[in-house]
Amino acid sequence: MAKKKTKKSTAKKKSASKSPKTVTKKRSKRGSNGVKTTAKLEGLAESVVENAFGRREPAIDIPIRALSNVSFNPKTRYIEMGDRCQQRALFNYGQAKRFMQTLLVASKCKELVDADKTASIRQIYYLAKHTIKGTKEKTFDSQDESDPVIEDLEVALEALREELHVFAGSKGALIGELTFVDSGDTIDATKLGSGGYAIPSIVEPNVIQFKKCKAKYVLHVEKDTVWRRFVEDRFWEKHRCILTHGGGQPSRGVRRMLYRLHDELKLPVVCLLDNDPWGYYIYSVIKQGSINLAFESSRMAVPNARFIGVSSFDYDRFDLTDDVKIELDGNDIKRAKQILNYPWFAGKKAWEKEIKRMVKNGFKMEVEALCSKNLTFVTEEYTPQRLKQPKSWLD
Amino acid sequence: MEDQRAGGACLDSDITAQTDIQLQPQTSISSSVETLTRIKAGKVSKKKSRTSRASAETMAKQQREISISEFFARNRHLLGFDNKRKALLTSVKEAVDNALDACEEGGVFPEIYLEIKQLAEDRFRMICRDNGPGIVKAQIPNIFGKLLYGSKFHRLKMSRGQQGIGISAAGMYGLITTGKPVSIISRTGKGKPAHHYKLAIDTKKNKPDIIADKTVDVPWDRGTEIEIEMVASYNKGRQSVAEYIELTAIANPHTTIVFKGPDKKVVEYLRNVDELPEQTEEIKPHPHGVELGILMKMVKETSAKQLGAFLSGEFSRVSPKIAKEVCAKSGLTQRTWLQSVGPSDIEKIYNVLQETKLRAPSTNCLAPIGAEAILNGLLKGIKAEFYTASTRPPAVYRGNPFQIEVGMAFGGQLGSLDNNGNGDEKSKQPPTARVIRFANRVPLLYQQSGCCTFKSVVDTKWNNYGLSQSRSSLPQAPFVVLIHMASVWVPFTSESKEAIADYDEIRKEIKLGLSECGRRLGTYIRRKKKRSHFAQRRDVFHRYIHEIVESCRAMTVCNKDDLRNALSDLAARATEAADMEFDDHGKIIAKRKGSDSEMDNTIVLGESEQAPPGQMELFAGDDESVTERKVRAKKSKKKSKKSKGAKNAKPTGKKKKKRK
Ligand SMILES: Nc1ncnc2c1ncn2[C@@H]1O[C@H](COP(=O)(O)OP(=O)(O)OP(=O)(O)O)[C@@H](O)[C@H]1O
Ligand SMILES: [Mg+2]
Repeated sequence: MAKKKTKKSTAKKKSASKSPKTVTKKRSKRGSNGVKTTAKLEGLAESVVENAFGRREPAIDIPIRALSNVSFNPKTRYIEMGDRCQQRALFNYGQAKRFMQTLLVASKCKELVDADKTASIRQIYYLAKHTIKGTKEKTFDSQDESDPVIEDLEVALEALREELHVFAGSKGALIGELTFVDSGDTIDATKLGSGGYAIPSIVEPNVIQFKKCKAKYVLHVEKDTVWRRFVEDRFWEKHRCILTHGGGQPSRGVRRMLYRLHDELKLPVVCLLDNDPWGYYIYSVIKQGSINLAFESSRMAVPNARFIGVSSFDYDRFDLTDDVKIELDGNDIKRAKQILNYPWFAGKKAWEKEIKRMVKNGFKMEVEALCSKNLTFVTEEYTPQRLKQPKSWLD
Repeated sequence: MEDQRAGGACLDSDITAQTDIQLQPQTSISSSVETLTRIKAGKVSKKKSRTSRASAETMAKQQREISISEFFARNRHLLGFDNKRKALLTSVKEAVDNALDACEEGGVFPEIYLEIKQLAEDRFRMICRDNGPGIVKAQIPNIFGKLLYGSKFHRLKMSRGQQGIGISAAGMYGLITTGKPVSIISRTGKGKPAHHYKLAIDTKKNKPDIIADKTVDVPWDRGTEIEIEMVASYNKGRQSVAEYIELTAIANPHTTIVFKGPDKKVVEYLRNVDELPEQTEEIKPHPHGVELGILMKMVKETSAKQLGAFLSGEFSRVSPKIAKEVCAKSGLTQRTWLQSVGPSDIEKIYNVLQETKLRAPSTNCLAPIGAEAILNGLLKGIKAEFYTASTRPPAVYRGNPFQIEVGMAFGGQLGSLDNNGNGDEKSKQPPTARVIRFANRVPLLYQQSGCCTFKSVVDTKWNNYGLSQSRSSLPQAPFVVLIHMASVWVPFTSESKEAIADYDEIRKEIKLGLSECGRRLGTYIRRKKKRSHFAQRRDVFHRYIHEIVESCRAMTVCNKDDLRNALSDLAARATEAADMEFDDHGKIIAKRKGSDSEMDNTIVLGESEQAPPGQMELFAGDDESVTERKVRAKKSKKKSKKSKGAKNAKPTGKKKKKRK
């Protein structure tokens, strides 16, 4: 095997070339590929068979999903995936199992597509899990093994998750001045009670179409509990907005929804997140995409999103008490420094100040800590006030 | 056997004089005599304290000589007769050692017949016969009926026995425990009469007591047969007679031993080397190994008249030129008459001698087993997969030349572990390594932890050689290490000759030998690990092929069998490496063929060559497999002159001789 572990994926036509053929073709622009998913999955299996009969060692090229293979494009202002690929070979001691798992998950996706059914990533895990013949070994030991394999397949086949008929559980919710159609049902998001609308994993235009929008902007908060505070205080009504949350790190469905609200309805997106490295990172993912799913940035990232709080300076700004403080630990500080070093944070003076201030403070703050003043402080005073000070938002 | 009589006569007169014994050039005897003096003093004062105070006169009545046999009869543990089990082993050891010594001195290939008969629950009879030169009639009573009577004490020559206590002590033990005398039949050649003696030791006088003396007819031409009845117990396994015989066979591949145990089973260890160990030469004492008292005694006893002649004549490595220097430095001349040399002069000479740079003693007094003979011995005695051996160049401690040899056997059936690490066996703890020790080709079975060889093994960092080991203990591995010390005077820690004393020089040589062989072992183990790594890899590929075939079939149309075959072929090709040999840098070297082309005196057995699993009984007469597993040791280019004999050793002498 004269091949290097990583190599530039080249446009190799399925021709009489002697070297092992790999599955991926040249990465095309997202969304512009007309090849059907079934054909892609078949192509994967065919390449293995072809290589085997041609006495070549089968391998799959998988674009690398790591910081080393992403770059921040200052023009588009989101993270883009590089074209470095990792070769996954069957006859490599360290890769053999992952190779087998990739094919196994692919075959399960093929079954789903053929039967026109969808399965959650957890269901995929159980579909593909079994004991390997003649051993005591399991094909998968945990879902932690199968989830990345699904992502591998997405990037290797340039197929979206929904095209593979796989979805993740819905985590986020939406409420506010919007009317839309989901799978043929018209939904008035002002009439959703206290629970709101659970944002599904797949929010593509073929499933959801926007009808009427009276909102002026989207306010995205970090998690469910904060979101409920805003709902109970009917913040969306008073301020004519749409309220969303992502249950922590927003899922693809939530991010895609934010993207569509911003892209199609031209709504600004502002974020209210915890004052800690985790909150900063959530913001970063909404704004410029994630490292892991960099290949989907173009259809998910909202580069115009803004961070309105909670800021390290709010402790002074709002005259908060010691009760809001949570001490930073070593990991927080390490993570903060890591975030500062991401290319997309580089050169942003305000962010540099913000993060350095947090480290200097020595503590972090949750949005909910604002309740220490009084229960509705966050909806009646803090947020309205922050919304009036766009100059102090972070970009 | 001229010197036997001379030595005997000399000892005979010395025995009674306590002071003379203390001058013997051997520390252990003098220390025993010191003990003896202490015991004597203690006994006297204890008795007195109970009655009236003693005067010098009353004490004088109690004060008398203690015979050496009386002393050892009481302190028989000093000679290795501490318990019934050990007593049997020690007796066998003394008899066999003597037989081997006698045969080698007489220049014949030893053929020894040993039988242990069980007479009652704890009563046994040991019969040992050799084909040696025999013993002249007049000497038989002294040899077997007297302690400290022998031919080997007064010379510096490599032999198994050295003290002149051995066989008579065994006889004495038999006599004490059963009241039965020792029976000896000896014949010095065809046409000569065979004398049959029955002897008891008069312990009071340390003199033989002749019970019977007659001439008998025997079916053999030459040799000695001794019979001792004793209270003992017979056991199997470690520290047993069987182990002793087995180890003796390993260290003496030139010997045939036929052993019949109490179960009447006959085990034969056939000679597989057709050369006797090289005849060693007697050497004169080296000045650096001589103590002041001995120097004084030598001055008194020498036939030389003048100092220069004495020094250059009685010592090794003292040339007339050096003798002249030494005399000058001591303020004397070569011509100084010895009669006029006083104790203070001798002390001066002694000190000058110690400071003078002298060449090390000559080493042609040593006959090592030889690396190849060790390999031969290990190969037939121990079922392993890797064997290596090395003979260190001679070295010197306290003026005594010695030579260390190391052998190692590793893996194979030594670990009851299945080599592929299959199934439940994997959970088994690896066995603890075993050390087999030899001094002048005699196996040492007791006092292992007190032995210099054992300490050196425990001290070695085996982790460096690929074996696991916790601090200061034996490595945990299917591993046997053999250490042999050959010397004109092996420094035992006690008269029972069970452990080698811990001299720095000896320790250093052992460690060098261990690391020399250890490095080869380490290389082998590293290569083996690499091989198993590749085999494991192949296993992984094959494991997943089925899954991949099924997945492919689910996505596209293909023939499952064809695909499976194609992938299996590729897997085999990808892991061809598993069948290759790698050097230390991971480069492929030529295919393995039994021996290792890079290592001297090393044998590696392929799996098919290793004896089939099953009976772990060590080469119990199973010479078929022994013949098959031929030695393919590569001949070392640089060999010391001494090991030449062993170099030509080939496995031969397969003829079976059953004796009744
Ligand atoms: N089987 C034999 N054939 C010929 N000579 C023998 C035999 N056994 C013993 N001898 C002679 O008898 C002597 C005394 O033997 P013994 O075992 O008592 O002492 P040793 O061998 O000299 O020393 P050690 O006490 O170390 O064994 C020997 O030195 C040897 O000369
Ligand atoms: Mg002896």
